[in-house]
Amino acid sequence: MIRRVGWVLLALISHWRRHPLQLGCLVLGLWLATALWTGVQALNQQARDSYDRAAQLFEGQAGKVLVSPDGQSFDQAAYVTLRRLGWPVSPLLQGSLEVRSAVSGPEIIETIQLVGIDPLTLPADSALNRGMGTQDMAGFISAPGQAWMAQDTLQRFGAAEQARLVSTAGVALPPVRIRDELPPGLVVVDIGRAQQLLGQPGRVSQLLVDRQFAESQPALPEAVSLRWEQREEADLQRLTESFHLNLTALALLAFLVGLFIVQAAAGLAMQQRRRQIQTLRACGASALELTLALLLELFGLALVSGLLGLVSGYLLAAALIGDLSASLRGLYGAQVSTHMDAGWGWWLSGLAMSLAGMLIATGAHTVSALRQSLVPSRHPPGWIKAQRRTLWSLSVASLLLLLGAAVLWVAADGLLAGFALLACLLLAVTLALPLLLVALLGIGRRFARGPLSQWFWADGRQQLSRLSLALMALLLALAANIGVGGMTEGFRRTFTGWLDQRLAADVYIRPAGENQAEDILRWLRQQPEVTDLLPSWQVDSKLAGWPIEVSGVIDHPLYPDTWPLLDAYPQAWQLVHQGDGVLVSEQLANRANLQLGDTLGLESPHGTWTLRLVGIYPDYGNPRGQILVAADKFRSHWPQVPVGSIGVLSDGDPTALAEAIESRFTSARVADQSSLKAYSSRVFEQTFAATAALNSLTLGVAALALLSTLLGLADTRLLQLAPLWAMGLRPGQLGLLSLAQLAVVAVLTCTLAIPLGLVLSWLLVAVVNVQAFGWRLPWHWFPYQWMQLGGLAMAAVLLAACLPMARIARARPDSLLRQFAHEA
Amino acid sequence: MLEVCGVRKAYDSPQGRVQVLDGVDLDLGAGESLALMGESGSGKSTMLHLIAGLDRVDQGSIRLGEVELSRLGEAGRARYRREDVAVIFQQFNLVPSLTVAENLALQARLAGRLDAVWQARLTAALGLEQLLERLPEQLSGGQQQRVAVGRSLALRPKLLLADEPTGNLDEQTAGQVLELLLGCVAETATALLMVTHSSTLAARLQKRLKLSGGKVMSS
Repeated sequence: MIRRVGWVLLALISHWRRHPLQLGCLVLGLWLATALWTGVQALNQQARDSYDRAAQLFEGQAGKVLVSPDGQSFDQAAYVTLRRLGWPVSPLLQGSLEVRSAVSGPEIIETIQLVGIDPLTLPADSALNRGMGTQDMAGFISAPGQAWMAQDTLQRFGAAEQARLVSTAGVALPPVRIRDELPPGLVVVDIGRAQQLLGQPGRVSQLLVDRQFAESQPALPEAVSLRWEQREEADLQRLTESFHLNLTALALLAFLVGLFIVQAAAGLAMQQRRRQIQTLRACGASALELTLALLLELFGLALVSGLLGLVSGYLLAAALIGDLSASLRGLYGAQVSTHMDAGWGWWLSGLAMSLAGMLIATGAHTVSALRQSLVPSRHPPGWIKAQRRTLWSLSVASLLLLLGAAVLWVAADGLLAGFALLACLLLAVTLALPLLLVALLGIGRRFARGPLSQWFWADGRQQLSRLSLALMALLLALAANIGVGGMTEGFRRTFTGWLDQRLAADVYIRPAGENQAEDILRWLRQQPEVTDLLPSWQVDSKLAGWPIEVSGVIDHPLYPDTWPLLDAYPQAWQLVHQGDGVLVSEQLANRANLQLGDTLGLESPHGTWTLRLVGIYPDYGNPRGQILVAADKFRSHWPQVPVGSIGVLSDGDPTALAEAIESRFTSARVADQSSLKAYSSRVFEQTFAATAALNSLTLGVAALALLSTLLGLADTRLLQLAPLWAMGLRPGQLGLLSLAQLAVVAVLTCTLAIPLGLVLSWLLVAVVNVQAFGWRLPWHWFPYQWMQLGGLAMAAVLLAACLPMARIARARPDSLLRQFAHEA
Repeated sequence: MLEVCGVRKAYDSPQGRVQVLDGVDLDLGAGESLALMGESGSGKSTMLHLIAGLDRVDQGSIRLGEVELSRLGEAGRARYRREDVAVIFQQFNLVPSLTVAENLALQARLAGRLDAVWQARLTAALGLEQLLERLPEQLSGGQQQRVAVGRSLALRPKLLLADEPTGNLDEQTAGQVLELLLGCVAETATALLMVTHSSTLAARLQKRLKLSGGKVMSS
């Protein structure tokens, strides 16, 4: 049987020798679909690996740590006290350090996160402890020590293991040792060496606490003024989940559009091979042998396309990882390695996806070809009957999807349900497209008078049977572009307007500790150009399970004048400063389901602080929730928390003032308004860079789907056009008529894509974004953007049509005559 | 060798159920040839498809040697089509993407009994030596039908079925193809059942059977 399957397979694949373009389209479709899908998966995987490496660095799971009340470093005496009391704590000193490579070649300076640890007291389940023997530990602690970093971090410096990097202050780091479990951009040294490198002798920034011990959260001794906090890395997965889900949804859409090309090419191939399959059956190939041969053929094609797709996906991810990494750093403070490292799992799952895609796109055609009768049909169905049957099936599927969307709208909640609703609606309208086009072409036919015009509309309807798939792909891609483009543009405008309002101060300062804050305030008050100061106090807390920041702000007219509020009681700011009113960021209000008038219980060192919600404000781009309270009330509840940030109002040059502060108080973080806005805008653009790239690629893939279909159509089109040629039309005229027919259906599809794109953008704004990020943007529409996209789509359609239509226009009489011979 | 007893077959059509064959009997010995004649819709092609194992009877039996077709499952019928019978279609049904040489060897390869010497003799007898590397679309109708004949005979089947094998050919080419077919059949002692409209062609075969309205009218 194996030999027979081999012969059948050879006969089947010989088809591609005669139709290399068809094979090219099929491979290209799956190649692109796999590339887009696996590219995004590689990006997501890369980010998740980095989060995992960060989260598992000190503890296997969410880790509790002890920090100073002001979040700054503290004297290591607190650590000694706790150890003496039997607490299983381990000191950690963390800070940024500029490091340059000491190797020959161009000097590379990079900022790294330096972490000093004490390996002897690290929690047992820390990733750093795994596989570390006594000898390793001795090598790490004793001179010259070791600087641990991941391979991707070391590569930034173009150095090799055992190299010695040097801080820009001229202090050498210990020799490098590669530890791939470390997150990117992080270097671990012994705590003593870290104190020296960071210029903080005797200081620690956190105390890691054994997980089991921390779970009971025992009361701290009075002599130790530290507080419990969650290590940030543990929250990264949760905070960035929506970001990655959005990317995955877009990639799935691109994959789907790619499958349309495969479906179109495979459909045509299978149609052309129906008689071949009948002949093989008549020659004695059993259904099983034929099925096996077809599956082997599909598997081989999926393997080739999948491998090409995987390589391209890898390159695509490598091209986008820089923007994605910068965007995740800007949005969430997450360090994502820019050194691509795809594991076996990624390659295998990519190939599996490619195979699944191939089976989905070609399965129906294959089953239909295998189930066809061995005897030539006595009454082959006419195209109109076949088209009606297809339209009926599509309409039923479309209605079922609409029903599904309605059920999701009413009954479901959550981000996945939001995406499912979006997918149901998008697919429902896409599947209804052929029916809508048939109806619209029918209207055209009703008004047609001349014979050629009647043929034009009637033949257009016949062409829909073959063109539908490609037009559906075009509709999907265009609607996605309009929807996502509209949402992004709306977000950009809202974000820019919001930034202008929100960043009202001229200079912003984050002092490094209590003493420095006082010094900075004192110095600023002496500066003649400084007109006013807006100190504020911040502390991290949790509300309804989400990490939040509590911010205490002073009573100043700038806030009610400039701070945008979405929903608030009249005189909300007065209520904040007079009573126990609180303003809550929109994402926190959405996640915790808070309404105006609700009471909030906030844990503070002085017990639970009950507050009343008096206003909700937008806080775009901040993954954490935030609440604003009156500064004096804040200070009475957290008296030990120093000034966290200072806004400065000045009538001088803000840039010069910022530079002056920076040079005087080197450890403070200072930014003037314009550079803060520029930074925020850059993060915004980077965030949507991957989205924009995927969107453009999806539209390109749709154009390829159309090209693939039109090339297939051109082969059979001559048969339909030959009678018109015989009646006196020139091939050039026939080519133009075919082009005009395509332009009409493409314009109709583009027109239908606009309302669908608008619904999509509304759903993204009102459902998906609210679930994903917690904020709801005002909904805008951008007709100029539609025109641009429509023009681009039409250009893509006409470009795709050029070659096939030229074939018709240049058809020679003998090829047209042959159509009559074949008909006979 | 071939025994057909009381075969009945009906099809659904837009006009309702049509009884295509209504109790047809026929028999054919090894090396014999039979022309199955009748008007369009008389059931000739249906009869051929049933004997070829492409379709199943509603009632009655078809036996080729020891093989009773109605008792065979899907795998058994595939083996029967592969090893015992060969069909020549009016539309040639060559695999358009395979060369002439590959088409000629297709069924014999599937059956696992490709005989290179016999294949070479057939190729020469059919005058296809110069065309072996061509694709079917590069051949004339007569050449294509010669390839179809060659593909069938390469197998050396017990029974050769031909459905209007010359229906798409001009008179002269049709005559040549028939000569070749009969010559090869005589040499291999293969039984031949040919569906044809042409009484001239039918006259060249040993037996004739006329179908009308699904019944045997004369033999």
